[in-house]
Amino acid sequence: MTIVNRYIGSPVERVEDLRFLRGRGEYVGDLVRPGMLHAAILRSPVAHGHIRRLEAGAALTIPGVRAVITAAEIAGALGLVPCIPLRLQTSPATAPFRQPAIAAHRVRYAGEPVAVVLADSAALAEDGVDAIVLDIDELPVVADRHISGRHETLLFADSGTNLAMKFTGGKGDADAAFRDAPYTRCARFRVQRHTALPMEPRGLLAEWDAAAGHMVVSGAAKVPFFNRRTVAAMLQLPETAVDLIENDVGGGFGARGEFYPEDFLIPFAARHIGRPVRWLEDRREHLIAMNHAREMEAEVEIACARDGTILALRGDVYVDLGAYIRTNGLTAPRNVAQFFSGPYRIPNIRISSHALVTNKTPTGTYRAPGRYEGSFFCERLIELAAKDLGLDSAAMRRKNLIGDAEMPYKLARVEPGDLYAETECDSGDYAHAFDRCVAEFGFEEKRKLNGRLIDGRYHGVAIGCFIEGGGAGPKELARLKLEADGSVTVSVGSAAVGQGLETVMAQIAADSLGLSIEQVRVLHGSTTLLDDGYGAFHSRSTVLGGSAVSEAAAILVQKIRKAAAERLGCAPDDVEVIDGRAGPRGGRSLALAELAADGLQTDYAFANDHRHTYAYGTAAAHVAVDPGTGEIELVDYLVVEDVGRIVNPLTLHGQAIGATVQGLGGALLEDLVYDENGQLLAGNLADYLIPTAPDFPNIRAISLEHRPSPANPLGVKGAGEGGIIPVGGLIANAVAGALSGIGAEPNTLPLSPPRVWRLANPTA
Amino acid sequence: MPVRFEVNGKPVAVAVEPRTSLADCLRDHLRLTGTHIGCEHGVCGACTVIVDGAAVRSCLMLAVQAEGSRIVTVEGLSRDDGLSPLQTAFRKHHALQCGFCTPGILTTAHALLTEEPDADAERIRGVLSGNLCRCTGYIPIVAAVLEARAAYKAEKP
Repeated sequence: MTIVNRYIGSPVERVEDLRFLRGRGEYVGDLVRPGMLHAAILRSPVAHGHIRRLEAGAALTIPGVRAVITAAEIAGALGLVPCIPLRLQTSPATAPFRQPAIAAHRVRYAGEPVAVVLADSAALAEDGVDAIVLDIDELPVVADRHISGRHETLLFADSGTNLAMKFTGGKGDADAAFRDAPYTRCARFRVQRHTALPMEPRGLLAEWDAAAGHMVVSGAAKVPFFNRRTVAAMLQLPETAVDLIENDVGGGFGARGEFYPEDFLIPFAARHIGRPVRWLEDRREHLIAMNHAREMEAEVEIACARDGTILALRGDVYVDLGAYIRTNGLTAPRNVAQFFSGPYRIPNIRISSHALVTNKTPTGTYRAPGRYEGSFFCERLIELAAKDLGLDSAAMRRKNLIGDAEMPYKLARVEPGDLYAETECDSGDYAHAFDRCVAEFGFEEKRKLNGRLIDGRYHGVAIGCFIEGGGAGPKELARLKLEADGSVTVSVGSAAVGQGLETVMAQIAADSLGLSIEQVRVLHGSTTLLDDGYGAFHSRSTVLGGSAVSEAAAILVQKIRKAAAERLGCAPDDVEVIDGRAGPRGGRSLALAELAADGLQTDYAFANDHRHTYAYGTAAAHVAVDPGTGEIELVDYLVVEDVGRIVNPLTLHGQAIGATVQGLGGALLEDLVYDENGQLLAGNLADYLIPTAPDFPNIRAISLEHRPSPANPLGVKGAGEGGIIPVGGLIANAVAGALSGIGAEPNTLPLSPPRVWRLANPTA
Repeated sequence: MPVRFEVNGKPVAVAVEPRTSLADCLRDHLRLTGTHIGCEHGVCGACTVIVDGAAVRSCLMLAVQAEGSRIVTVEGLSRDDGLSPLQTAFRKHHALQCGFCTPGILTTAHALLTEEPDADAERIRGVLSGNLCRCTGYIPIVAAVLEARAAYKAEKP
């Protein structure tokens, strides 16, 4: 058989773009239904308290306001107010900390849902929200992890503690290594609370068919099948009585598509009132309701030999979890314990991560959860150690990188354990990516600028390394069907959140099937397509979904050959499937459309046996710091990542650059500041600053295919998150280099102008 | 209140409440859902449309203020089923991912290049500073707008 590989590896322009560029995308907010009502949500204005009075009467007198739903209506219909289950890191111990779908008696963060108003328009629903009387007896506010750790005011009295969970990443004997080490160094670091902030706020449209007993919820994203099971259970319906539909999604980054209170409240409301109900989150609401992320403090130490060989890591990380454990709220605390050591060969590790509840918006994953934070802590520790030891920190990094010959390399084991308690780096030549970055960046030349004052600004240059976990299992499903016109429809359980899934899956399918990409139609996400699916998280869609499509296509090709051979009277092995036709080379062939009547279809579930992929790379940054204003200019930035195999260099490059700029937002700009009363002070986009077009014009990315993954047939590695991982540590180390003459050690993010000014002017 | 204006070359007449924003009017009353609402306080730029030649945040303008105006939305940037040179450049440079901010960026860039087909990278970045994109990091967007300049220069005598 001739193998024609036309699309994989090529910068194929996206099929999605044709609708997005002409305003023809279909996002959930674009959907309307006859008789549709609009929902608005009353949220607690205070961070902690008991609801004393909740009266909806005045709201119901507004013409056009149709209903107000509170915990009372829900408990009346269901017998209880259901709690939202965890999707990841599930454990019975987490039960007391789960979020109820609506506050009944107690509120634990400003923004917690208290009532849902249904009205003829969104504006009338908001008028209704304003008319509800809500009195809350305020309780002492647990505004940060320090107050939480005193366990004086408990968010959940029954649990007896504010410590929701503790994870430990362990390997070797850290205490013994520290006891015997010739050099140790302890330091404290902090990463601020920030958030994914997709540009499309969330939205849902729920339609209840009372006669059929069937619920359809549009606006699903990321994990529609898990959310279907969840909402069905909460509504006390069989799973098959609910379908979740994935529309175009305006960005995810880990936060969009997880199960939030509204994912229950809106379907409940539609069934309650017997009409379609649509809810569109506004931006202010988004900032207090959607998962926050990243808030961690570390008290950690490193042990080294005098030559810079890292011997051990040890210490504690304190995570401000917010008010409840959300579906994936424990992923970042878990990950920071396991992945603290990054790409480095460190034989002895004990990192404990303490997840503490506070009266703030609950947290969840944001692109590279726990890994971004852990990389910042680890890269700063290495920089401090190299300085103490009088070593070249770049050389120290390279010396400690895990070697090609050490693969597969086991990382720290995490307790309490899960399916990935033990994980190993699958393949990689980490020094190769490092050397490439050094060469392409001109690192040796640029680093001579470190600490120099040029035209009133201090220049700093740094380098850092990372690994990116991808390809979480257990599996993904794909269904390929030969259509009557000879095209092939690909249905995949992976979800699209704006990353170009349709194009990448079409490339993989078209190559395997010998079709042009126009003859492949990709459907994804919705629960109507397949029996099960696992979605889009942990950079898994290309790895698992792509492998499922590739394997399913291979089987479909066998079926096509067999069907063609029967018609043509030849052996199936002689049949080539190419350019939409099947037949023996040089002989008569059939158009695939002629075989469609045979009902050729294939289902395939690709399972990866819980083997993660580990892309890896090195990034370098050059900054100029203005000591007069504290402003940082990013003069140059390069990230080099080996992703195993590139399916689409265009979309991959987009992931690398986009992730890097998000990381720069986290390192320099974004900060969800709270006051001591648990009130968010950065509740709109004028106060919560994300990168804008003029901020970071000088960023380059290079992608390598040096070491394919052995864990899947395509050899691909998850590659959507790597770009963000090293940014915090890298920028902080570059600023440390710039201000080395002053001895500044930037150990707290973000490096906003006021913070940098204080570092640059320690005596002012 | 009745209001009349022109959208993408066609005259329209709608009845709206005085508090209805132009964005809501376009989306809900005229079903032109290509104009997206990302913040409703004039910061993100996703709702940008072109009103009498100027790029305007349609979430900050009331529909009744559009009386007699000529409005162009993302749906009006290309004719027929093809892509305009600006849209073609966006696709080529992968200047969009999720596509949510894209309509506002296209309208902003179109208004800019119509007036200033020689805009340089710095000027383009400055003008686009009012349009937030969370996916691309802006670098491919600027590259696409730079490339599209040629088509606007050719149009402008």
